[in-house]
Amino acid sequence: MSVIIILIIISVIVALFFLGVFIWAVKTGQFDDTVSPAIRILFDDKKQSKSSEENKKGDNTERSEED
Amino acid sequence: MAKKASSENITCYHCGDDCDREHVIFDGKDFCCNGCKTVYEILNQSDLCTYYDLDENPGISLKSKKFDDKYAFLDNDEIARLVLDFMDHDIAKATFYIPAIHCSSCIWLLENLYKLTKGVNHSRVNFVKKEFSVDFNPEEISLRELVELLATLGYEPNISLDNSTKKIVQTINRSLYLKIGVAAFAFGNIMLLSFPEYFGFEGLELNIQRFLSYLNILLSLPVVFYCSSDYFKSAYNSIRQGHSNIDVPISLGIIVLFVRSLYEILSMSGPGYLDSLAGLLFFLLVGRWFQNYTYQGLSFDRDYKSYFPLAIFKKVQDTYTSIPVGDVVKGDVIRVRNQEIIPVDSILESEQANIDYSFVTGESNPVSKRKGEYIYAGGRQLGGSVELQVVKSVSQSYLTQLWNNDAFTKEKDDRFTVLINRISKYFTMSVLILALAGFIFWMDKDLQTALNAVTAVLIIACPCALALSAPFTLGSAMRIFGNNKFFIKNVNVIERLLNVTHIVFDKTGTITYNRESVVNFEGEVIGTEDLRKIKTLAMNSTHPLSRLLAESIDESTDNISMEKFEEIIGSGLAAVIGGDNFKLGSWEFMKLPDAKKSTAIDAAQIYISKNTKLLGRFKIENKYRDGISQVVAQLKSRYKFSILTGDNKAEEQRLLELFGSSATYKFEQTPQAKLDYIRSLQQQNENVLMIGDGLNDAGALRQSDVGISVTDDTTNFTPASDAIMTSDAIALLPHFLKFAQTSHRIVVAAFIISFMYNIVGISIALTGQLTPLIAAIIMPLSSISVVVFATTVTNFMGRIKKFI
Repeated sequence: MSVIIILIIISVIVALFFLGVFIWAVKTGQFDDTVSPAIRILFDDKKQSKSSEENKKGDNTERSEED
Repeated sequence: MAKKASSENITCYHCGDDCDREHVIFDGKDFCCNGCKTVYEILNQSDLCTYYDLDENPGISLKSKKFDDKYAFLDNDEIARLVLDFMDHDIAKATFYIPAIHCSSCIWLLENLYKLTKGVNHSRVNFVKKEFSVDFNPEEISLRELVELLATLGYEPNISLDNSTKKIVQTINRSLYLKIGVAAFAFGNIMLLSFPEYFGFEGLELNIQRFLSYLNILLSLPVVFYCSSDYFKSAYNSIRQGHSNIDVPISLGIIVLFVRSLYEILSMSGPGYLDSLAGLLFFLLVGRWFQNYTYQGLSFDRDYKSYFPLAIFKKVQDTYTSIPVGDVVKGDVIRVRNQEIIPVDSILESEQANIDYSFVTGESNPVSKRKGEYIYAGGRQLGGSVELQVVKSVSQSYLTQLWNNDAFTKEKDDRFTVLINRISKYFTMSVLILALAGFIFWMDKDLQTALNAVTAVLIIACPCALALSAPFTLGSAMRIFGNNKFFIKNVNVIERLLNVTHIVFDKTGTITYNRESVVNFEGEVIGTEDLRKIKTLAMNSTHPLSRLLAESIDESTDNISMEKFEEIIGSGLAAVIGGDNFKLGSWEFMKLPDAKKSTAIDAAQIYISKNTKLLGRFKIENKYRDGISQVVAQLKSRYKFSILTGDNKAEEQRLLELFGSSATYKFEQTPQAKLDYIRSLQQQNENVLMIGDGLNDAGALRQSDVGISVTDDTTNFTPASDAIMTSDAIALLPHFLKFAQTSHRIVVAAFIISFMYNIVGISIALTGQLTPLIAAIIMPLSSISVVVFATTVTNFMGRIKKFI
């Protein structure tokens, strides 16, 4: 029967992990603006022409990462 | 690039405007002006034409936008520091408010700014707040260059005196999210761990049961010590001030719940009520979040600083240097250009200026000023640039002095909290009496049962449902108002709307259109040929009245030549057109000894004469908003009216027709006089609703019980107020006032429901039979049913009244 105690402890730890993720999300301001990210996710860079892709490659890989 | 003379319904590829005035073709695409074409060129060169794929015609029209050295002041380090959030030698951060942000293309372009120019490291847009934050390297791109680039693209940041006061970063909202998260976490887990108890599993080993109970205590600690902290603080403050608010019984309930649960678990006499405790806090916090909903895109607390420039050109030995407006002192000579606001009281040094005083007085027609005349701060210069000698510093000037009034330092009392706290005072008293009665009743028989009964009463009587009914009803009502373009600052405004007895209207911009006027002609009928000549004459003047007149005549002025044109400032225009002598201007300027002047005080007027014969006069009158007369008709029986205006009595007759003789009319009111009038009404025990639009109403809006500012476009700035309304929503004002009353009744009904629950719960509690299971059912059930009742009934009523 004592195995249930271990299982409960594990489940609470998992739940605490998600609570931690939520707290992190709030603290990093992800709840401050809930509209712009919804629009931002739909952008893609497909339309870029070849030549410019070469020019800007360095920039893009470095900067297009979301933070 | 080619230019076409005219075109039919061709719209600009960049901004979507009609290309009928000017038509530029570039790269096979149509543009309405060179500005739009330039933006396209810039974007095309940097391969940023995705901008045009995300939304159709996303650009901002750039017609008549010029900024030569408008942003030169940003080169001044001292001023730049006011604008920047952070500055180091190779990194600077700034946040701009850009009203033009309106679609996904805007976000895309602004966030890809680094592709367009060197030096921009990273940029981010907050779409709702229309804020643009950018990190850049000031060694590669200066602040001025950055702002000019934004302005070229049509995203002109708003830089005003407001930038000089650093904003406090909002963290309140985040902490509420955290508290809700923690409470939800504890609520869910404690309930889950209490399940064996609910179902009464007999076979559960004692050590497991104790383990679960201890775990519950652990989980409830953050709920009591973190999530409830606001309620404890508020209750403590109100007790210290000697009165009781709703948070007192809530805090009492929380403490009793926790202490009794601790006692039961540690003494092994029962499982405690920790699940109810966590649930209670969770619902309360969600209610608070629902109530705290705010319109992030709108600002309800702007003062003159949002309108005034950040920097001004000061004349130092024939050259102009920009200095922060706050540093301007008496005796300085400053330069103010077209469309700029004069930030300080001053004396005109240049020959002539046209000042639009609509901010200060509400008067719609610009005033001509001559050298040596006194000019009040807040006026907007129209036409060329002028030089002024400063008389007073910014904070001591005519308009800005208004903000030194104590109306601006005093917080408006929250009548709503007064109401709910009045109820809760009686509530707390009766709960305490009941608990005491239960204790005395049981004491003789059994001390344990007596204690149980007392704590159970305090637990069950925790006015959770009571505390939830108002936030959810009023929160829903607030959203319904918002859908109808009536944006209120917070839910307390609804409660204050209920008590309104007197409605005060500002005239210009509120019940009349702000920039539109009607030009009426009185006199003999003028032939088309003469009309064309009059238009030609009027077109040659920069005077605002002449402009209005010219715009109102729909004839072409082709092939009309004019000779001997002269403009006498402050009097009128004269010229010989087609052999006839035309004169346009004031009565005195006509110089007609035998003609009789109309004696009525009237609106702004322009007399016209041809070959010394008076043809008549053009009257320029305000245009009243549609629906005003219906609003008045619907509200007449219940409210008193007053009209305040900075204008003269010219429109008195028409106002009388509109509002009737029972209303009070006040003409030529200064901003201070408007505030004083509202105060005098309040001293006669009137609850005043003020509806105004400009900075000149700022004091009155602030002093009134409910101040509503009216705007044509919510991206415009409005002075500090309790609510913002678009001008087309004015017609709905009677419905808004009625709906405030409806929602008040819903709150009362929800109160009654929650009292019923309390009566049932307390009678169970008094018998000493309240088990944790009953508590765990009754408490969330009452909360949820009140929440459901409040939101559905409010929305249902909104639907009935055709608000949704």
